[in-house]
Amino acid sequence: MSKADDSPVNSSNTGFVKIKKLPSQGMISLRGNLSSDIVRQSVYSAVSLELPDIRKIKVGAICAICWMAPDELLILCPYAEVASRVTRMQSDLKSVHSFVVDVSDARVMFCISGVRSREVLAKLCPVDLTQSEFGVGDFRLTRLAQVPAAFWMQNAEIFNILVSRSVARYGFNLLKSAAQKGSEVGVF
Amino acid sequence: MLILYCPYCGALAEETELVYGGEAHIVRAGSESTDTEFEAYLFHRKNPKGVHFERWRHALGCGKWFHAARCTLTMEVFGTYSAQTPRPPQYICDAIKFKYPSWSWK
Repeated sequence: MSKADDSPVNSSNTGFVKIKKLPSQGMISLRGNLSSDIVRQSVYSAVSLELPDIRKIKVGAICAICWMAPDELLILCPYAEVASRVTRMQSDLKSVHSFVVDVSDARVMFCISGVRSREVLAKLCPVDLTQSEFGVGDFRLTRLAQVPAAFWMQNAEIFNILVSRSVARYGFNLLKSAAQKGSEVGVF
Repeated sequence: MLILYCPYCGALAEETELVYGGEAHIVRAGSESTDTEFEAYLFHRKNPKGVHFERWRHALGCGKWFHAARCTLTMEVFGTYSAQTPRPPQYICDAIKFKYPSWSWK
């Protein structure tokens, strides 16, 4: 039997991009009819942001809204403010078929930064990552090698990546090995 | 390798992001059906060499089921469309007929 890997999942500077596990991020899953006014208003009153377009992310000062599916959003906000925002949205949406849940601890968030960060994800995801196809404001749910993941760009050199907490180590090690020095491809 | 356009999230999803869901447009045999009809509904599936309608799920993306029309021989994809329909939409039928004039829906 192989020995369990108990190395810390935190940050790595050894590759051609920096990889960092970000501190706890508040996340709220909202499911409902996204075209209804009541849902839009409730989200707006909770995070002061309009709903994002399909496969986009709307980023505000401290909050963001990710488009997950035609009936699902993921709302990012400070970890400590999740409970109050959830309660508020749940009471706003009492009258419609919907569901608002605190999923902050379900996923971990990684950040990779560097001029070649695009390349690291392109090695691991079946997604066209050329500049014209994926840029700041885009949001994509896909897979990172063998696990589901989501990512978006914070700016031209920084990607934020979400993976399930249960596979955080796998995700971290993947990013680390895809970013090994000497393995640059140079396609972008 | 198959790349399908997900009609729900607009992503170009590669095969490994999707899950195959078998033949599309299967009509359930109700309680009034005979045993033979019910057996056909449960077990009998087409396995054509040519035009085929399939269910796919964008499992690692938006999670939605959709339908795809493709040719099993050439791997040509005629289009993908919403799963909330009992038969393929006209533009899909037109695309297939353009390629195979003798083809017709059921």
